[in-house]
Amino acid sequence: MAKQYETVIGLEVHVELATKTKIFCSCSTEFGGAPNTHTCPVCTGMPGSLPVLNKQVVEYAMAIGLATNCEITRVCKFDRKNYFYPDNPQNYQISQLYLPIARNGYVEIQTGEVKKKIRIHEMHMEEDAGKLIHDEWDDTSLVDYNRSGVPLVEIVSEPDMRSADEVIAYLEKLRTIIQYLGASDCKLQEGSMRADVNLSVREAGTTEFGTRTEMKNLNSFKAIARAIEGERARQIELLSEGKKVIQETRRWDDNKESSYAMRSKEDAQDYRYFPEPDLVPVIIGDEWIQKIKKLQPEMRDEKLERYKKEFDIPQYDAEILTASKAMADLFEAASAICRNPKKVSNWLMVETMRLLKEHDMEPEEIIFTPEHLAQLVQLTENGIINSSVAKEVFEKIFTENADPAEYVEKHGLKTVNDEGELLKVLQKVIAGNPQAVVDYKGGKEKALGALVGQTMKAMKGKADPGMVNKKLRELLK
Amino acid sequence: MANKISDETIEYVGILAKLELSEQEKEEAKTDMEKMLDYIDTLNELDTEGIEPMSHVFPVSNVFREDVVTNGDGSEDTLANAPLKKDNSFKVPKTIG
Repeated sequence: MAKQYETVIGLEVHVELATKTKIFCSCSTEFGGAPNTHTCPVCTGMPGSLPVLNKQVVEYAMAIGLATNCEITRVCKFDRKNYFYPDNPQNYQISQLYLPIARNGYVEIQTGEVKKKIRIHEMHMEEDAGKLIHDEWDDTSLVDYNRSGVPLVEIVSEPDMRSADEVIAYLEKLRTIIQYLGASDCKLQEGSMRADVNLSVREAGTTEFGTRTEMKNLNSFKAIARAIEGERARQIELLSEGKKVIQETRRWDDNKESSYAMRSKEDAQDYRYFPEPDLVPVIIGDEWIQKIKKLQPEMRDEKLERYKKEFDIPQYDAEILTASKAMADLFEAASAICRNPKKVSNWLMVETMRLLKEHDMEPEEIIFTPEHLAQLVQLTENGIINSSVAKEVFEKIFTENADPAEYVEKHGLKTVNDEGELLKVLQKVIAGNPQAVVDYKGGKEKALGALVGQTMKAMKGKADPGMVNKKLRELLK
Repeated sequence: MANKISDETIEYVGILAKLELSEQEKEEAKTDMEKMLDYIDTLNELDTEGIEPMSHVFPVSNVFREDVVTNGDGSEDTLANAPLKKDNSFKVPKTIG
């Protein structure tokens, strides 16, 4: 019988913090500026420049540490990590090795019915590197230092995960916590959240860890899952052939669905860390910790429980509404205005989710205001527009934040409540469709649907379908 | 000198620092490094039992900046000494990111 193997996974997650300026200088962190426009002597490593720590970076890092049950390091400091690469103008990265800002935390994840704690070894503050773009034209690389010095928090887990499902659950948990804190938007595709996967395999039942590899360049949950499956299979194959796994960094190529070793022996990974002399220690007292704790918003798990109780919303719906803070904020604000949480929830759960998927958007990218969604609910509830018109109006709200009352007025979409006009149209439809009338009278319920459809069409969708149905039945009695 | 730097060590340190040293330079560097390690040995003779490790040479802590953008477009100065540039970027030999 073939041997059974267990996969052991630990994660290093980098999160780009949502500060306005870089970690050690007052350059903008805004995305998408022309190359090198957000640079200064500090973030380009000019000799004699002096880094000064951004206080907001420390506060975001503390908030993330506290929300993941970490101990905050009372005296923390920075170290230099030395390596040569064109994306790193100083030839060292300012990071934290000896006294990182937070340690010994955990988050609880759930896969299926199983709950599990994933421990966090430590998290530290550091600076991002520049960006290299390959220039096809003359086969060189172009370096843009706009990202250089953008603040990151790296969160290092213990090797507590055993499957791709657990890894994804852990990442989603971290992402939700950090988004709720407003400390980062955590977009994998855009690189504001990045995960390196440390993976080893061992024979089931043994307690000793196997040799691990580190996998980089994973920029979607799907790529992470595929890379884990691929690397697990590669290591098991090596071991079954009696070969050894080499400890190395590998780069995942999601198009080829395979990985290759990134660094040769020539580039030994020896970073020769030493204390950063240009930055003074950060001393964190109780008062500061209490201040950050007080600023913590209601987190997802509490919100979920509250929605179920306060709004009488089912578990599944509450999960969707609280999955992102943007969606939860929208739900609460719109419900407060129209006092109809059930209907607001319905619009968010069905139409909003559908349109987000169709436009390949995240909830954070929603542009419409809670006021406009609330107005739409009121227009529908008061019978001013019918449900099919409401759907049409909602698409306009979603795509251009249209004012629903204005839009309905301008396009004459109000439900026609003029009975006289409705009767006239109904008589015309009945006269024009004798076969359907005969069918209906002969007991074919379906034929009535055709007549309702004809009437709605003739009234350009502005009739109340319930009313049309009722009147038709009366007329055909 | 009590400490000895081997040929392998000087080779390895050279790789890490991206330095190509001549045989003579290697010998000189070895002697320098041996002297430094000897000096560390001297420091290690001190009894530091019960003394908290120093985290910085200055008795200063918590020097911060507020999170406000005050720097503007610095690209001209940043690129002023670039040996090669293109499209407002430094141009370097092909590197796999």
